[in-house]
Amino acid sequence: MARIGVFICHCGSNIAGVVNANKVVEAAKELPGVRVCMDYKYMCSDPGQNLIINTIKEQGLDRVVVGSCSPRMHENTFRASVERAGLNPYMLEIANIREHVSWVHSDNKDAATDKAIKLVELAVAKVRRNEPLQKMYADIEKKALVIGGGIAGIQAALDIAANGYKVMLVEKEPSIGGRMSQLDKTFPTMDCSACILTPKMVAVAQNKNITLQTYAEVTEVNGYVGNFEVNIKKRARLVNMAKCIGCGVCTEKCPSKKTLSEFNANIATRKAIYTPFPQAVPNIPVIDKDSCLYFATGKCKVCEKVCPAEAIDYTQEDEIITERFGAIVVATGYDLYDHSCYGEYGYGEIPDVITGLQLERMINSGGPTGGHVKRPSDGKEPETVVFIQCVGSRDDAKGKPYCSRVCCMYTAKQALLLKEHYPNSQSFVFYMDIRAAGKGYEEFVQRVQTEYGVVYLRGRVSRIYEKKDHLLVKGVDTLSGKQIEIKADMVVLATGLEPKKEAQNLAQLLHIGYDQNGFYTELHPKLAPVETQIAGVYLAGCCQSPKDIPDTVAQASATATKVGALLSQESLEIEPMISEVNPLLCSGCKMCYSACPYSAIEMEDKEIRRGEVKNVAKVLTSVCKGCGVCVAGCYCKAIDLKGWTDRQLMEEIGVFNYE
Amino acid sequence: MYKVAYFPGCSLSSTAKEYGMSTELVCKDLGIELVEIPDWICCGATSAHITSELMAIALPARNLLQAEKQNLPICSPCSACFSRLKLADIDLKRNAQLRADVAEVMGEEYKGTIEVLHLWQVIQKYGDLRTEKVKKELKGLRVASYYGCLLTRPPEVCPNERIEDPQFLDNLVSSLGASPVKWSYKTECCGAAFSLTKTDIVYRLSGEILKGAREADADCIMVACPLCHSNLDARQEEMGLDFSIPVLYFTQLIGLAFSFGYSEMGLRKHFVQAKGLLNSKGLL
Ligand SMILES: Cc1cc2nc3c(=O)[nH]c(=O)nc-3n(C[C@H](O)[C@H](O)[C@H](O)COP(=O)(O)OP(=O)(O)OC[C@H]3O[C@@H](n4cnc5c(N)ncnc54)[C@H](O)[C@@H]3O)c2cc1C
Ligand code: SF4
Ligand code: SF4
Repeated sequence: MARIGVFICHCGSNIAGVVNANKVVEAAKELPGVRVCMDYKYMCSDPGQNLIINTIKEQGLDRVVVGSCSPRMHENTFRASVERAGLNPYMLEIANIREHVSWVHSDNKDAATDKAIKLVELAVAKVRRNEPLQKMYADIEKKALVIGGGIAGIQAALDIAANGYKVMLVEKEPSIGGRMSQLDKTFPTMDCSACILTPKMVAVAQNKNITLQTYAEVTEVNGYVGNFEVNIKKRARLVNMAKCIGCGVCTEKCPSKKTLSEFNANIATRKAIYTPFPQAVPNIPVIDKDSCLYFATGKCKVCEKVCPAEAIDYTQEDEIITERFGAIVVATGYDLYDHSCYGEYGYGEIPDVITGLQLERMINSGGPTGGHVKRPSDGKEPETVVFIQCVGSRDDAKGKPYCSRVCCMYTAKQALLLKEHYPNSQSFVFYMDIRAAGKGYEEFVQRVQTEYGVVYLRGRVSRIYEKKDHLLVKGVDTLSGKQIEIKADMVVLATGLEPKKEAQNLAQLLHIGYDQNGFYTELHPKLAPVETQIAGVYLAGCCQSPKDIPDTVAQASATATKVGALLSQESLEIEPMISEVNPLLCSGCKMCYSACPYSAIEMEDKEIRRGEVKNVAKVLTSVCKGCGVCVAGCYCKAIDLKGWTDRQLMEEIGVFNYE
Repeated sequence: MYKVAYFPGCSLSSTAKEYGMSTELVCKDLGIELVEIPDWICCGATSAHITSELMAIALPARNLLQAEKQNLPICSPCSACFSRLKLADIDLKRNAQLRADVAEVMGEEYKGTIEVLHLWQVIQKYGDLRTEKVKKELKGLRVASYYGCLLTRPPEVCPNERIEDPQFLDNLVSSLGASPVKWSYKTECCGAAFSLTKTDIVYRLSGEILKGAREADADCIMVACPLCHSNLDARQEEMGLDFSIPVLYFTQLIGLAFSFGYSEMGLRKHFVQAKGLLNSKGLL
């Protein structure tokens, strides 16, 4: 017969103020198997825990029920007490009589007490069937994969490497740097983006712990926390990286120069063989097959002729490499909203209506216009510029309900920069609300208005009219209630941030979730902001939600800390409350295999009796989360969830039966 | 021969007589038979829908009912009538209570079995504007297509179009051999019914449209609505502009390409005469 002890906590007045603890104690004493029952003001306190420990020892108890707050709050506390008293820590059950009772039924104390008694009864019934469980451990591959080489990925890689772990940084583009490398100055302190980014890019390249794979993508992910197996496709650069000396002669001489430059946000062209920008890391060009004349016509090969290092190799092919990692950081960043569906702004067809990113490229001294802002239609320096915020943000009609968080600030920054470059210019900003909640941000926006004379108009623009040599912007200023007409030379749209086009594919490879807007979902919005529901996969930067550089860097460092904490473990302790297959009962129907949301089930050939081999399910112990979906899916009752076995649950249900 | 139930509306035999004349000529040539709806009544226009919702639906509903009895698609050349008919059709199909209320007033129920079309849609759907019909290409004529507010709004009346920058009339211009101009005022409001009550508003709104067309180097403006036409054409002199620009119905431009004469299409009736322009382009 079981020897059960029941301990009822008052939680100050939290529980005892509503639930009659005495009555609960008296009722519990009558339950089958219960040897002793007592209550105490704070069971989680030192004296409270000692009470449990001493009683276990004195009474020779073999199982314990604590009636208290939620398991989430204190299950680990009481497991530790039970273990200290010499019992298996899993011989404990908690009856949640605070969140489930006193907090929600304070209006009816009698009923609350009855419910508390019932919950304790259930816990006692369950604990009677508890079995000792053993903690489990898995090995860890002490290496991290970082996907995406923007500032988020760069920071995460550097921090993980600084902790002494190996990192592979995989970047889709020919160079790392991400969006930050396209920016001019950065708010609110106006440091030059390249000046603060380039040293970090170089540090990545020089770090012994970091392997860089650019022009590469993740194509397959298998395995689980501590033991991911990842396939990475290295796209053919058609330039031998070992031989190339980065002289750039090939780019200079390449006759194919019509392709729009992605790096310059399409306001300039690039060659077929190119590095996206001069500070690229690695500083080795790639040949874009789609624009290369040789691949189109079979003729040209100019780059091969001029290359002093014989580095051009038209025969190179894509290559797939397979690597193992203990942890994965996803840092794939963002794309910008395509404003061509905004009819009122000209369906993206008015040349002098440009995007914020295009302005960044123009105003950047390293950009295609050498830092001169020239409007696309005729190259004129604009004097009057209208900025329109929230284009593809906070617009339900366009399916973009969320705030992109950085556009208020980057618009203010750009208006300031314009005034600095062109003291005679005048900028107007149409806004809905100004969201400048960061450190020093509000002051920045105020300064832009008071010191730089930028005029802020609260309202939307109804239409941009193309005139002979200017644009007529009509809108409303809702503060004065006036209709506004501005004769502008150029309009800059603050287009919002959205997840990368291929973000969902990657989510499916990794089995991580994404929200209705396509941003990757964190495990908990407050308490686990960089983890995902897949153990060992972490997030950093704008792929999780729009954010500025300070927040991105902070998040990337947080992620690196989590990765460090994971990789620093000798081996991985995993909860033993996971599923277990009884191969004798398993029919190999694969129901559980397809039901499991975490891919924790594998099929294997197993010898169940001598000479009899059968294809049966197997639970990957370090992947299983113990959600129990497989148990519900199994026709043969061949899977059971340890800690929540059918026997335990039937025992609980039995409590209701004998009434 | 395609048949449609023709709803000319109040202006086609009065202020927009020339629209009616050119419509009849062109449709005949295209093999479209306009069967005038027997006993049609006013669509209600703006007056009804600022007075009573039920009346605003019931008036066009009566015309819809008549067409439904003939089992023919209903066709209106006026954007305002079209808008009323189309919105009544949409509302009646979507709202059972309204359908019952209107049935009570009318004594019979509209089932919503017929298509509601603007004249341009009828011509696009059934007319054949291929080159053999076009006897005289309108080469060198730069045309600003003006749609006004009601041809594409609300969006339900004109699905699958870029409502701020529609293309269908521009495409029609191209198929006649003329050149559509790119301009920003296609769907601006002309001032509509304020023509008589608040004329200054019409001067401003229609004035901007005219200047916009001028700035885009258009030779003429093409319209598809009698109200737009009268605001843009009849008031040019009063506005004190330093230019004038002919405003033609799209049916008149089609007629020109089909070689109909200046007077047969009522072109003489316009305030700003297009004769000089058409002569200079060799189109008469
Ligand atoms: C016009 C504009 C101005 C801005 N100005 C400022 C400013 O002044 N100050 C400020 O703090 N913030 C500013 N921001 C915000 C800033 O750009 C972001 O905070 C920052 O770039 C986020 O970095 P990230 O690494 O998360 O994303 P990204 O910079 O987008 O980097 C993501 C990287 O991942 C790569 N990648 C994507 N998918 C894959 C894949 N499947 N496999 C491999 N690699 C992949 C991409 O190629 C890219 O290199 C501005 C933004 C805009 C649009
Ligand atoms: S010319 Fe050769 S060495 Fe120089 S950058 Fe091009 S590929 Fe590299
Ligand atoms: S072969 Fe291709 S990449 Fe090389 S120079 Fe010719 S076009 Fe440029």
